Amino acid sequence: MRVPILKQGEYIIASIQSALTDHDLFQLRDDLAACVGRHRSKGVIVDVTVLDVMDSFATRMVRDLAQMVRLRGAKTVIVGIQPEVAFAMVQLGLELGDVATVLDLDEALELLRYEST
Amino acid sequence: MNRHDSGPGAPVIPIASDLDIVEARTAARAFATYLGFEGADLVMIATAVSEMARNIVEYANQGEMSLSAVQNNSRRGLQVVIRDQGPGIADVSQAMQDGYSTSQSLGLGLPGSRRLMDEFRIESRIGLGTTVTMRKWLR
Repeated sequence: MRVPILKQGEYIIASIQSALTDHDLFQLRDDLAACVGRHRSKGVIVDVTVLDVMDSFATRMVRDLAQMVRLRGAKTVIVGIQPEVAFAMVQLGLELGDVATVLDLDEALELLRYEST
Repeated sequence: MNRHDSGPGAPVIPIASDLDIVEARTAARAFATYLGFEGADLVMIATAVSEMARNIVEYANQGEMSLSAVQNNSRRGLQVVIRDQGPGIADVSQAMQDGYSTSQSLGLGLPGSRRLMDEFRIESRIGLGTTVTMRKWLR
């Protein structure tokens, strides 16, 4: 299922609604990179609250999309990694590198505004 | 790992595409919930299944997962067997090391899944395929 992408001022928000296949994740990455250019966005927020699994592939895709977004001149913030998911990611040895992560949408917007001032 | 009691339901899920990876982890989560697992255990089981199912799609094209209930004395748990008839793994001990990968992946699937589960056994033969047997016990 394609992830809906909303525009909110200078930012775009991708709100994941259901479990994603590998194909969906590739699509999300490419859609976001394209959207950043189209909307001249300064920040991208990806809400992963509903995801009950962040495996190595999903983590790699998130890292890749953040890197592509950075190369397009914007910053990515990941929102809502569940505590159990965080625990499993640590056990698996997964890292999001320097991709920013926050607990909710308000914090994500605050972080992006803070960084652009 | 000496007893092989198969439990109720014992679902078998074919794995051949990225859609099946989602199906496999959804089925594993549902069966584990039915057995009484909760919270972090469900996520760990689903994540390990996702990693193993992806290995099949990535390296073996197709295979299957079977789920069963297991019992060892007073302990009850879930057994997941993921099997393929793919090319097999040349060096299993190398494949079990963090960061080793023959593809572009992060190389954490096998060693990471072993950490997520309570028991993890892998058997692989070149040209014949790979079977991963994982167990998680109810606390």
